[in-house]
Amino acid sequence: MKVAILGGTKGMGRSLARQLAGRGDRVFLLGRDGEDLARSAADLGVRGQGKEPAGWALCDLEDPAGFAPALDAAEQALGGLDTVIVTAGLFATQEQLEADVELAERLLRVDFTNTVVFCEHARKRLLKRGGGTLVVFTSVAGDRGRKPVAIYGAAKAGLSRYLEAMDHKFRGQGVVTIDVKPGFVKTGMTAGLKPPPFSGEPDAVAARVIRAIDRQEALVYAPFPWRWVMLVIRCLPRFVMRRLGF
Amino acid sequence: MAAPAKSPDVVPPGQGELWGWGRHPVVAARELRGEDLEKIAGRGVLSRGLGRSYGDASLPPAGATVIGSRLADRILSFDEGQGLLHAEAGLTLGEINRLFWPRLFSSPILPGTQQITLGGMVAADVHAKNHHVDGTFGRHVRRLKIALASGEIVWCSRERERELFLATLGGMGLTGHVLEVELLLKRIPSAWIYAETERIDDLGVFLHGLKDAARDWPFTMGWIDCLKQGRHLGRGILYRGRWAEPGEAPGRMPKPKDRVRVPIDFPSFLLNRLTVGLFNFGVYYSHIPRRQRGVQHPEDFFHPLDKVTDWNRCYGKAGFTQYQCVVPHAEDARAFLERLTRLGAASFLCVIKDCGEEGEGYLSFPRPGISIAVDIPVRADTAEVVKKLNQLVIPAGGRIYLAKDTFTTAEDYRAMEPRLATFLAARRRYDPAGKLHSLLSQRLFGDQP
Repeated sequence: MKVAILGGTKGMGRSLARQLAGRGDRVFLLGRDGEDLARSAADLGVRGQGKEPAGWALCDLEDPAGFAPALDAAEQALGGLDTVIVTAGLFATQEQLEADVELAERLLRVDFTNTVVFCEHARKRLLKRGGGTLVVFTSVAGDRGRKPVAIYGAAKAGLSRYLEAMDHKFRGQGVVTIDVKPGFVKTGMTAGLKPPPFSGEPDAVAARVIRAIDRQEALVYAPFPWRWVMLVIRCLPRFVMRRLGF
Repeated sequence: MAAPAKSPDVVPPGQGELWGWGRHPVVAARELRGEDLEKIAGRGVLSRGLGRSYGDASLPPAGATVIGSRLADRILSFDEGQGLLHAEAGLTLGEINRLFWPRLFSSPILPGTQQITLGGMVAADVHAKNHHVDGTFGRHVRRLKIALASGEIVWCSRERERELFLATLGGMGLTGHVLEVELLLKRIPSAWIYAETERIDDLGVFLHGLKDAARDWPFTMGWIDCLKQGRHLGRGILYRGRWAEPGEAPGRMPKPKDRVRVPIDFPSFLLNRLTVGLFNFGVYYSHIPRRQRGVQHPEDFFHPLDKVTDWNRCYGKAGFTQYQCVVPHAEDARAFLERLTRLGAASFLCVIKDCGEEGEGYLSFPRPGISIAVDIPVRADTAEVVKKLNQLVIPAGGRIYLAKDTFTTAEDYRAMEPRLATFLAARRRYDPAGKLHSLLSQRLFGDQP
């Protein structure tokens, strides 16, 4: 596969990029910190089979003007592009977002509006070459209106709806859209939070996502138990949700 | 962070609590993990990798923050010509094995577990079965990138900032936060091990066997039944090995192994003289025929401790400590084992190894002689047992291994470590304000809580 990953230097994106490179896929990194990208590109080079550092280009979810040139760079470097993965996003706790409206606005813009815009650029490219796979990380936080993730969850819920419709609309034309909903995964993003039961490791999530890409599954819950946890949470009546703290 | 309600040795770590591999002591403190160590190093009083040191070496004082390096695990370059690996401090030995054995390169030092990071291997200046020929980990380190307590970033080596380099090898993380490591990997003829193991009846034969094997084999060590006294003192199994030649090795590469887990903390009463005796009896008599040889998976040979993940839970919630010392002479090793078996405090694993040259690190553990390591469950009298063992080791001119220790007193440590003043002077030079410390440095070096 020829893969561009936005957010492949950290957390689950890092694991995913490594596993793809390790099995021989060609990976191109997109992100907003050049030095960080260069270090990850070197890492993928040693882990990959080609032994050359991976390519990379700057791409910031806060700057939609840069999306097209970044994807152009990826296409050029890989000689075409069949898979685009987005693991990047902003995270903040509900308390932080409630205290700072500007931060809330920024998070909604990055995690919803700009991510959708990035996906639109990617979709057009994949359609033009006759098909491909678009993988976007949302969150189980979007599955239900929950107190601790009201704003973050809303952005991810909106994104999930968009991805679902994309898959309905374009799968017939060869573009498969995969919505990955991670539960709690122990990464740098969640480093300060208390890990709940069923929290998982980024490597296990990455392996699950690669299986989903190979099988073209439209929706992935990872780690595995979250599928059933969220099924229960989705079934809870409102009066119960209102009383619960999570 | 509030202190735990009960005394720390009976509280299972939960959120906001940390422990080492021995699960004793437990401290109410925070581990801050991140991919960018340079950015977060200033927020901690110490760095820790996978927390595989047994006692308090990787633990910050209560209420303080320790930097967790495990997410900083990128390989920054690898030069096949020289075998030079440049990587971030959180890269694990397990990952190095997985990636480089198939390319016929290996970490020069492969200790009992691969669940350790580059930074941790530097901090403890680890050794392994090949100590008698290849020395400690530090010998194969070319350069270190360190964040000093002041926030300054320094590259150090034998040529540049030599004092910092030597104080950091074996310095238990107390000289600065190790950010990146340059390590020379070794070329290997195949990724498999040719091993010979032999059942040995008593200590005399054992010590002789170790010495003998050291001449012809790069990897040697022994396992001893520490419950046997008198005539059978020191009976056990001697392991010898070398990398297999391409002709001997299977054509395929060794695959990383799946591991068994221990799902619960065993109740402490399960571990007693009878059960441990049965275990040791089983290991000794299942080694039939007396002498065995053949090609082995390198993980089985080098990392036997990883066969069962979480094996530390076998010691129950109270935890355990490991006492590892090195004594210069064979007679001292015999006296030590006699004392140990009489005390009856030991358990399953007693590992014996002959050590080569002393490492360059100011506090590097090994020195020429015999090293003995034994697990001791934490009980009311454990501190006393350790004290008694130290009283044997000190007059013999031996020393203990900080990566394992939990109970040695500052007084005893000073008595066994003539290089301590050199280390402390270097530490003061690079951290004059005394910003970096650990529970270990408070216990042994007199840092104020």
